Parts: sequence; structure tokens; C-alpha cells
Amino acid sequence: MGPVLAGILQLVALIGALALAYIPLGTYMARVYSSDKHWRVEKWIYKGIGADPDTEMTWPAYLRAVLAFSLIGVLFLYLLQRLQGILPGSLGFSSVNPAQSFNTAASFVTNTNWQSYYGEQTMGHVVQTAGLAVQNFVSAAVGIAVAVALVRGFARSRTGELGNFWADLVRGTLRILVPGAAIAAIVLVACGAIQNFSGIHEVGQFFNGHSMGGSQQWNGGAVASQEAIKEFGTNGGGYFNANSAHPFENPTPFTNLFEIFLLLVIPFSLTRTFGVMVGSVKQGYAILATMASIWLGFVALMMWTEFAHHGPALQLAGGAMEGKEVRFGVGSSSIFAVSTTLTSTGAVDSFHSSFTGLGGGITMLGMMLGEIAPGGTGSGLYGILIMAVIAVFIAGLMVGRTPEYLGKKIGAREIKLAACYILITPALVLIFTAISMALPTPPHSMLNSGAHGFSEVLYAFTSASNNNGSAFAGLNANTDWFNTMTGLAMLLGRFLPMVFVLALAGSLAEQKPVPATAGTLRTEKPLFTGLLVGAILIITGLTYFPALALGPLAEGLAS
Amino acid sequence: MHNSLTNTARLLGAGLRALLVLTLVTGVIYPLVVTGVAQALFPDKANGSEIKADGKVVGSSLIGQSYNLPLKKGQETPDAALQWFQGRPAGGLGSNSVNTRYKLILSGATNLAADNKVLVQQVKAAKAAVVKDNSVPGYTVKANEVPADAVTSSGSGLDPDISPQYADIQVHRVAEKNNLSVAQVEKLVKDHTDGRTLGFIGEPRVNVLELNIALKDLVAKH
Repeated sequence: MGPVLAGILQLVALIGALALAYIPLGTYMARVYSSDKHWRVEKWIYKGIGADPDTEMTWPAYLRAVLAFSLIGVLFLYLLQRLQGILPGSLGFSSVNPAQSFNTAASFVTNTNWQSYYGEQTMGHVVQTAGLAVQNFVSAAVGIAVAVALVRGFARSRTGELGNFWADLVRGTLRILVPGAAIAAIVLVACGAIQNFSGIHEVGQFFNGHSMGGSQQWNGGAVASQEAIKEFGTNGGGYFNANSAHPFENPTPFTNLFEIFLLLVIPFSLTRTFGVMVGSVKQGYAILATMASIWLGFVALMMWTEFAHHGPALQLAGGAMEGKEVRFGVGSSSIFAVSTTLTSTGAVDSFHSSFTGLGGGITMLGMMLGEIAPGGTGSGLYGILIMAVIAVFIAGLMVGRTPEYLGKKIGAREIKLAACYILITPALVLIFTAISMALPTPPHSMLNSGAHGFSEVLYAFTSASNNNGSAFAGLNANTDWFNTMTGLAMLLGRFLPMVFVLALAGSLAEQKPVPATAGTLRTEKPLFTGLLVGAILIITGLTYFPALALGPLAEGLAS
Repeated sequence: MHNSLTNTARLLGAGLRALLVLTLVTGVIYPLVVTGVAQALFPDKANGSEIKADGKVVGSSLIGQSYNLPLKKGQETPDAALQWFQGRPAGGLGSNSVNTRYKLILSGATNLAADNKVLVQQVKAAKAAVVKDNSVPGYTVKANEVPADAVTSSGSGLDPDISPQYADIQVHRVAEKNNLSVAQVEKLVKDHTDGRTLGFIGEPRVNVLELNIALKDLVAKH
């Protein structure tokens, strides 16, 4: 069997596994967020928080709770890093400097997990396990909570009530993320991922140059438990610098496929949750079909360009293996790269900077689409629902009818909120990139020159603003400029869109439903899926085309 | 105004308490329970899949090592110890720059672009070295026989594996340096070649450390 066929079979197996999980997980998640029963342990937690989980919140109240919880998260994680030097259980590692602490705190709270630090030399047990990994759970739970609030906006009528943030946060963490991550972590350990607290220790070596023997220093750590939620919560921040290319995070070909499954399963299944909650699973299938066709198209393109390995160095080598591991090969690495950039994960099992020019462009375009195919946990669903609102609006313009979606009128207020949402990230990406290129010092951070150097900066702000976290990692991002600016881009790119999502949810929930007529656009049909794919590609393509032409397209077409 | 201030304070207090409780659940209980289960069920794997030779730990079967001669004066990169099977180049590895009382290996890739002249040079030099090192009397390696993994750096810099093709072209050299027959070393490589998992997951590979341990045993027996 050749590597291309093996790659395609892995893709088929992955799709099969996702399809098997789709209905049970999607329906289960709908139950989690619709149930009026509380677990006993949840009641204790609500008592501890001092919040009544049955109090309904209007959109401003929901938003305030999201922002308060996230602000506390940033402050807590910042302080934890700044105090690392005096914290026990930190391997004697020194405190992290202010700019990098801010960057990392913003990064993990926003579900980005951009890393300007080397995990193995910077973060001790306490920061990794009780700081970074905690945000891996709760930032994912916040994303799902906001998506669920939007879904409730569609599902409910004549009320401003969107649910209770604390209940959504706690349930998402306890009922979905913790059990899923625990099982996944044990599977990863069974395959070789490490899980210990042995700190930095000496381990024997085979041959030290002069003679047999010698020793090397290794990091121990709670790696598998962090790796599991890193993928399952579409986070992406590696315990080690090499992220999921590191054999202790991703030891075998099977774990690689398993990790891709983990990072896709919640975002895809949430379309089922959506369908169940709005009372029509077919509406969920239409959204799923949109996500799946974009994802599949991207995987096909990526495999084609990586197997073709254009580019002088790759042609000389005889294959696109620079930055890739032998056990994964080109096929599996291509699936991982597309899946991680079309979700908000940003974990990498191979290094995108050394992909072919077009391959690097595909990873960037995946993020630029707004990470909606299938997107991050929660953020993917609300992102694509915003695009659905836009698509419905465009269709309405064509036939001169007031557009409606899921029985709700898409009026001037709704379309303004949706338009604001889709303008934020492109504005952040392009403005921050332009300023960084115009100033004298920031370009010094580039490793590569020419088109690829520009791509490194464009990639950095695309990744930060879309809360992805992967990088063209040659860029030296540990400077005050990049630490501060990517930190700001991450915070603005996460929370400004949430403002508009929740405002839209509130506005939809207040409406009374419009009965469907013969003239209503059937949004559960393939025609709508086609329209939605078109709207996503055209809107994004037009916004980013000039920037892409200067970077990856210039590099890809030259080779 | 006063009212909204108290409300904000109350909300932030709730946020702090929520974070602390969830930190207890996901940052303390969860990792400890997973560690307990992992250590009980899979202690060897949870502790790094350490591998022994002659009763001594010689590394992890998951982590690639280098098999080089000591750095000579004026050299930037050491010469390969040709009696051992060689792993992949690791141009992206680093050593720790903070907390320097440790001597840590920083995993990583080169991140060089496909059109970067430095990378082109690295690949060229690596290819020439593979051809030169592995061509022994009676066996010449051709440049087009050198597989891509032999001349490119991996993502982690710690890739434990090489492709079976790369192992194959090292057989004659390893046999000569260790006074073994080619057939013996060929069999060794064959025994240590793993196919794709279930026939289609990942790529075929040879674990270099396991292969070298077996080689060492074979030399000792010889």
C-alpha cells in the first residue's frame, strides 16, 4: 500500500469514528444544557460560587458573567506565572517575565494557546497543571456556553432569557469535558504518553560519544491528562515545545489519529446539539454538511500539495518530511494540520512553516475562514451560525424578501450585529500585521526572509485573532512587541465577537416566531448548504486575498 | 453608581470562587486521579517507556538519541559514530536558555521554509553525507536512493524512528564497521521494522534505539 492510499484510509476511518460519535454525543450535550436537574456535586459547586443556577440571565447579564469569569482567569494565570519562582512544586523554575506572563494568560483564557515560551524549560508542574490545564477546560466550557446561549436565542421566543452562565460553565466542564478528557488521557497513557510528577530527572543514554552509557535530562509531568483536554477542548498548548510532534505527547500513529478525532468531535457534534435544541435535527445536518464539505476539501488540497512536495528544499529531499515525524508521515500530518487550523486548536504534529508554500497557505486560510469548519468548541458553532445569518440575508436580498432563519426575522438589528462580528477578526489581523511590518523592529523577529517572512507575521496575527494558537514558529514571538500585541489580538478576537453573539442571541430570543410559508428559504436543504459554503468562501476570500497573495500564494506559485 | 460597583464586585467574587472550585476539580483532582490510574495500570508507559540494555536504562523507546563522536576542535556539528545506525537530522533541537542549572533538551523543528536557501544547503549536505557514509567497498549508495526522512529534520527533533529505506541503506556500512555479515544486519533490520498500525495507520518505521540495542547484543555474541 502506498502512503497516499494509507492517508485516504486514515481519513475514512476518522470520518467513520466521528460519524459514530455524532448522534450520541450531540444528543447528550443537548440534554446537558436542557436538563433542569442538578448533580449533587454541582449543587455544592453552585453553593461555593454563591450563584443560583436556575436564575435566567438576559444577554447583558450573561455577557457580564462571561467577562468577569474570564478577567479573573487572566489575572489568576498571570499571577501564577509571576509567582512561579516562590511556588512549591515548580522544579525551581524562575518566575515568568511580565510580557510573557500576560501573553500566556491571555492565550490560555481565550482558548488560543499561542505559546511564546518553551514548555519544557519555562513552566513547572503547578503552572502547567493547576493553571494552564485548568483554562484548557474552562475556556472550552465558556465557548460552548456562549454557543448554547445563541442556540437558545433561536429556540426561545418572547423572552430575553438565555440561560444561566454559571450552570452552563459548570455542566460543560463536569458533564462533558472532564469525563471525556479522563478517558482520553488513559488511552493516551496506554499508548505511551507520560503521566507522572517526577520533575526533571536523569535518564541513562545509549552512547555518549566516547563510550556506551552517559545520561540525559528529561522532563516528567502530567502530560497525558493535559494532552487529552488540549485536543478535546480545541486548545492546543503543548506541554513540550514540539507540541503533538513530541513522542511523549503523541507517541504512536494511532494516538495521532485519536488526537485528530478528539479535536474534531465536539465541534462537529455540536451541530447535532443545535439541531436537537431548535427542534429540527435536519437544520443541524445542513450546518454539519457545510462544515464537513469545507473540511474535506481542505484535507484533499493539503494532501495533494504535501504529497506533491513543491519547493526547492523539499524537491531536493524527495518528500515533504521537513518538520514531520516518520511515524505519522505526510498523509496523517496533512489531516492533522487542516483539522487543527479549521478548529481553534492550534496543536501541531508537524511544523507548518516547513510545509509547501501552498500547504502553509491552506493552514492560514483555514483560520481566516473564522474557524467554523468545524471550528472551536462552541466558537465554531456560533461562528457558522453568524455566517448562516449572513447567507440567509444575502438570499433574502436576491428575492426581495425579509429574510428569516429558524423562524426568526433577520432584521436591521440582527444583520448589524452579524456584520460587526465578521468584521472584527479581519480588522485585527490586517491592522496588527500592517503595523508590525511597518515598524522597524518587529520584522527582526522573522526567521525566514521574503514572502515566507511576511507569512510568519501574518500567520501570527491570524492565529492570535482567531484564537488558534499554531504558528509559523520560526518567528521569535518572545519579544515585548509580539507578546503584547498578540496578547491584545487574542483578547479582542475572543471577547468582542462574543459581545455581538450574545447581543444577537438576546435580540432573537425576544422575537415572536414567524410561521414558515411557501416563500421561506428552506435552510435544512442542500441548496442552503451550497449558499452557505459560497458565502463563507467569498466573504473570507475577498477580505484576505491581498494579504495571502503577498505571502503563501507568492511562495507557492514561485515553487 | 454605588450600586453598579457593588454588583461588579459581587460578580468578580463569583468569578473568582468559580475559578477556584473548578481549579480544584480540573487542576488538582483530575490530574491526580489520571496519574493514579495511569501509574496503577501502565506504570512503564506513564514513566516514559524506559528501555534497558544489559540491565541498565539506556533511554526511552519513544525518544530518539544521537549516535555521534565527540565534537572535534573547530567543528560545529560532530561526526556520526558510523558503527551505529543513525537517526534523522535534528536541526531544530535546542538547549535551555532559562533555568540554566538544568541541561534540558528543547524539542522543536527548524521551521525553515521550503524555499529557504539555508534549508536547501542543509538537505544538500545531509544527502552528500548519507551517500558518502553509507557507500562502502562493494556497495554504492545513489543519491536518488536516499529517502526524504534521512535528510530532513523531524518536527520534534526527537523522532525515534527512521523509514525502512533509510535503515536499508545503512546495512552495509553497519555490517562492515562491526565485522558482521550483511545478511545478519539485514535480518536485524527486518526484525525491527514495524508496518503501519492495522495495515493503514501511520507509516512503516524502524525504531533506531531498539535496533542499536539489538545490534550491540549481536556484536557481543559474535
